Amino acid sequence: MTATAQPTDVSQQLDLWLHMYRQMVAIREFEAQVNELYTRALMPGLAHLYVGEEAVAVGVCEALERTDYITSTHRGHGHCLAKGASPDQMFAELLGKKAGYCKGKGGSMHIADPATGNLGANAIVCGSAGIATGAAFAAQRLANGRVAVCFFGEGALGQGVLYEVMNLASLFKLPVIYVCENNLYTEYTHYSETTAGDILSRATAFGIEAASVDGQDVRAVYGIAKRLVDRARHGDGPGFLLCNTYRYHGHHVGDINREYYRSKQEELKWKTERDPITNFGKWLLEQKLAEAGELERVQSELELEMKKAVEFAVAAPYPTVDEVGEDVYA
Amino acid sequence: MPEIADREITFAQAVREALAEEMRLDKTVCIMGEDVAEAGTPFKVLSGLLEEFGKDRVLDTPISEAGFTGLAVGAAMAGLRPVVDIMFGDFITLTMDQMVNQAAKIHYMSGGKWRVPMVMRTTMGATRRSAAQHSQSLHAWYCHVPGLKVVLPSTPYDAKGLLKSAIRDENPVVFFEDKMMYKLKGPVPTGEYTLPLGVADIKRVGEDISLIATSSMVQVALGAAVLLEAIGVSAEVIDPRTLWPLDEKTLVDSAKKTSRAIILDEGYERYGVTAELAAVIAAGAFYDLDAPVKRMGAMHVPIPFSPPLEDVTVPTEQTVFEAARALCGR
Repeated sequence: MTATAQPTDVSQQLDLWLHMYRQMVAIREFEAQVNELYTRALMPGLAHLYVGEEAVAVGVCEALERTDYITSTHRGHGHCLAKGASPDQMFAELLGKKAGYCKGKGGSMHIADPATGNLGANAIVCGSAGIATGAAFAAQRLANGRVAVCFFGEGALGQGVLYEVMNLASLFKLPVIYVCENNLYTEYTHYSETTAGDILSRATAFGIEAASVDGQDVRAVYGIAKRLVDRARHGDGPGFLLCNTYRYHGHHVGDINREYYRSKQEELKWKTERDPITNFGKWLLEQKLAEAGELERVQSELELEMKKAVEFAVAAPYPTVDEVGEDVYA
Repeated sequence: MPEIADREITFAQAVREALAEEMRLDKTVCIMGEDVAEAGTPFKVLSGLLEEFGKDRVLDTPISEAGFTGLAVGAAMAGLRPVVDIMFGDFITLTMDQMVNQAAKIHYMSGGKWRVPMVMRTTMGATRRSAAQHSQSLHAWYCHVPGLKVVLPSTPYDAKGLLKSAIRDENPVVFFEDKMMYKLKGPVPTGEYTLPLGVADIKRVGEDISLIATSSMVQVALGAAVLLEAIGVSAEVIDPRTLWPLDEKTLVDSAKKTSRAIILDEGYERYGVTAELAAVIAAGAFYDLDAPVKRMGAMHVPIPFSPPLEDVTVPTEQTVFEAARALCGR
């Protein structure tokens, strides 16, 4: 399936495309700053970059309302930004600062934001499958019309709880979409070495509406996501969307020497031929929906915005040590 | 203080009344688990709830403990107050990631932004001839985790008042019911009451030795106290009622008064609840103690099936009586 949503109103559609372009560039520029912070040893802990996969988060989140729910992963910066998180509070969280989304207690792998429906990034692989399904259950019971999206990598396909909750979601016809980002590598191992059989069949076996899409094509992702989200919202049950994508960086920033698990040629090929931002930009220009200068301006604006957000975070104070025992219990 | 009880009901009835009352008060309270609806659980604790509240609020789930516990975590975050039923306490091992890495940590990791107001009800207790996988008392596992509250009622009155508080609590609460006590009768007032979490109860006042006991071990301690009385030893029986939050003061005050203490708990003795409570007393009452604090828990063996073997694995009135007599030098 490669259905692309058709514009109902031309200018509205144009705004949406430009917004999606902007959001993808925002993620790319955010991650560039993370890489910089990490390599300059300003960021504690680990950083798992989303570069290369931007079209998935943006395509899916643009199909959602602000009040809809998402759950995210250890590679979650893209999801948070695409759902509307603000870069300054994100950077502050990444640096363990009080001004961060979680007062510095969560860090890169646990950004959560009720204001944008972000139930939280999760550092247990597949750890949020139950949470997303449960949020959809609550939405259904409270009849508030919300939908939940569960983002996870293909590595999570090895976890049994995913199939437990997919079974529940189908039984209860829950408004939840399972978005599998297959970036080909389960940490340092090609997914074909860890994944038997067919991925989509795992969802269809539960009677879940399933589709796969080119995860480098933001229009395609958006189109299919919109269809799955709309049907879930109308009470037609859960969906499963397999997005075929690629992780440009290593598993984390420190994973530099990667040739034992993938070649530099392979990386180069994806970056030069399949880049979601470059290709979408080209399409916008070809369709005369944008001018080159406009796209360059987006790029420079976001570069500046991210730099300012980093400055804010670097200058922000750490929490005081007496806060360590706060928030254990509500 | 609640009204004086003019009736006696069983432990199981008390649990059911607590659930029914809270479900009438708050439409977001729902029950989910294996065979909780038509069957009312194998122990018939929930009989009649389906008829009053319907299938939307009393949900039979697949045999899928991790799945429906995870679903409850997300549902709690998104506006419901789920009460999850885990038929046998031995099966909590299947829910560990959902409770330990998700439910317990979400409030803290999100800097206090998300809450997980859910209850897990499960069972404990040996001597039911159910062998090694249906007889354990694993509450210490959850006591070890910051972010969870752990409740172990010992009477119908406590079960009802504590469960109502657990459902109203804003945190994940694990509620352990000894399946051997479901038919135990006790006075329970017909009127509304709750009992706070974190307040111990003096079940019997005594002077010579403190028997600090949890769940069904409170009943064992009360029986042993009668035997001790016959030989002129006055035993005080203290029930912490909740293991976290823990009312350390009541425990320590009793040990200071009597100068001797035995800790009774049906979990495995090694690295368990008895060790923690003994440490609390050793630290708080050291200069008032006339004997080392004695611990009595389950033997360090998988619970055997054969009745004569199983019976020696847990404390009994007789073994507690002997231990107390020895500790008092009688």
